Amino acid sequence: MSTNPTNTTTILEFKSSTFFAPILILFKNDIATIELSLQEKIRLAPDFFKNSPLMIDVSELNKLNHEIDIAGITTVLRKIGLFPIGLRGGNDQQNNQARALFIPIDTARTNDSPMSLGKTQEEEIATQPAQPKEETTEAPIAPAASSPPSTVATTLITHPVRSGQRVYASGDLIILSQVSAGAEIMAEGNIHVYNTLRGRALAGVQGKKDARIFCFDLQAELISIAGDYKTSEDINKQNQKKPVQVFLQDHALIIQEIA
Amino acid sequence: MARVIVVTSGKGGVGKTTTSAAIAMGLAKKGHKTAVIDFDVGLRNLDLIMGCERRVVYDFINVINGEASISQALIRDKNCNMLYILPASQTRDKDALTKEGVGKVLEELSQDFKYIVCDSPAGIERGANLALYFADDAFVVTNPEISSVRDSERMLGLLSSKSRRAERNEEPIKEYLLLSRYDADRVHSGEMLGLEDVQDILSLHLLGIIPESKSVLTASNAGIPVILDEKSEAGQAYADVVARYLGEERPHRFIDGKKGFFRKLFGGKS
Repeated sequence: MSTNPTNTTTILEFKSSTFFAPILILFKNDIATIELSLQEKIRLAPDFFKNSPLMIDVSELNKLNHEIDIAGITTVLRKIGLFPIGLRGGNDQQNNQARALFIPIDTARTNDSPMSLGKTQEEEIATQPAQPKEETTEAPIAPAASSPPSTVATTLITHPVRSGQRVYASGDLIILSQVSAGAEIMAEGNIHVYNTLRGRALAGVQGKKDARIFCFDLQAELISIAGDYKTSEDINKQNQKKPVQVFLQDHALIIQEIA
Repeated sequence: MARVIVVTSGKGGVGKTTTSAAIAMGLAKKGHKTAVIDFDVGLRNLDLIMGCERRVVYDFINVINGEASISQALIRDKNCNMLYILPASQTRDKDALTKEGVGKVLEELSQDFKYIVCDSPAGIERGANLALYFADDAFVVTNPEISSVRDSERMLGLLSSKSRRAERNEEPIKEYLLLSRYDADRVHSGEMLGLEDVQDILSLHLLGIIPESKSVLTASNAGIPVILDEKSEAGQAYADVVARYLGEERPHRFIDGKKGFFRKLFGGKS
């Protein structure tokens, strides 16, 4: 049975290790709303969430003195196919509730100093309502929510982005096909278009000034990084049909050929 | 199960109805039972092009509203008994079309037919949206001019986001390009966009180039789908389109116009 080649048969061993699990930060305490919103997110990335362990973070709720039913949220999570493995940021009563449900309490970090991992996640969820995807009349191809909660994922699109379509990525955005005139692509990180870029491309839309745009053929209607922009009138036609990168330098967009 | 083809363009007057009539006839002539539906409710045209306007009793809206059965409303074509036409209503407007109603009609037709051709109205309103919603394949009819290309591009956006396949996350609609009213001489003189210019923007699978031809108007006026005029270039072009759609390899013609004909005669590459 044992794979241990030595004479002393090992039965078990304790090791210290870290592993990654998404943290679910709750901003509302209404269980029904949470369930709906979770189902929505899971629908976008079913494989990612399938049987995933999950840390529940209620520190935001407690800041606002919103009471939450730990048993209720646990039931909902399990029903959806997630495995709550810990509670963070709970008060005494919540911690007791969690222990009664055999959910460990994470006391390693206080509410006010979330680790960078948690912070990224928090920002991502917090900025969701600000996303322009609700205004669009056509379904965005890859909504930001499809990115895993623990890290900001890269969004990859392999088909053409057609006129009238909008794409929003909460991380980097990579497009292997053309972006047509009348289409709009936005990313909080960098934008890579391995084809002709004819539409509008906005990188660093949440203010990331070192975001860049890369493309094989720049014929864009508009390019923007962290709010600074150039329209097609100001984009030198000489840069067409060549791979270029666009970056921000002292509030000026620099278009540079990639040798 | 039938294959649902939408013939669409966004822009008006590019040849959607002519194309719908021609390819429906072409498919039927090849022995596939085909139905062609006019989605241009309020502006009935297809029955004229098909030459069955005097035999319309019930229409698409009657069927959707349950006032007539599909078999009552379908008109059998006089040239080909594998082809049936479901005409649009002239007295109603496009609001009479409902997603459920259209879905039910297509579902019922699917039992019996191999191909269902949906002739989309121009624009991107209700009629056009519903014509493309259930589609498996899309024939995007484009004229070699910039506004038509732009509208087609917009249509492609709708096809990949507003269709049932898109909503259900299924395999996307197969999109094909039909470049119609193509005048090779005017392309040569730079008055018209060439195939390359159009493909640069649309990059679609080209199903065929339909040359500008007087025979199209003659055929329309006579109520005979132009594909039946085997002597005309447009008729031959549509025959090629149907053959290519069904998987046959045929070299593209009519790109170079008349000069191409001589080149072919003298053994140039074709």
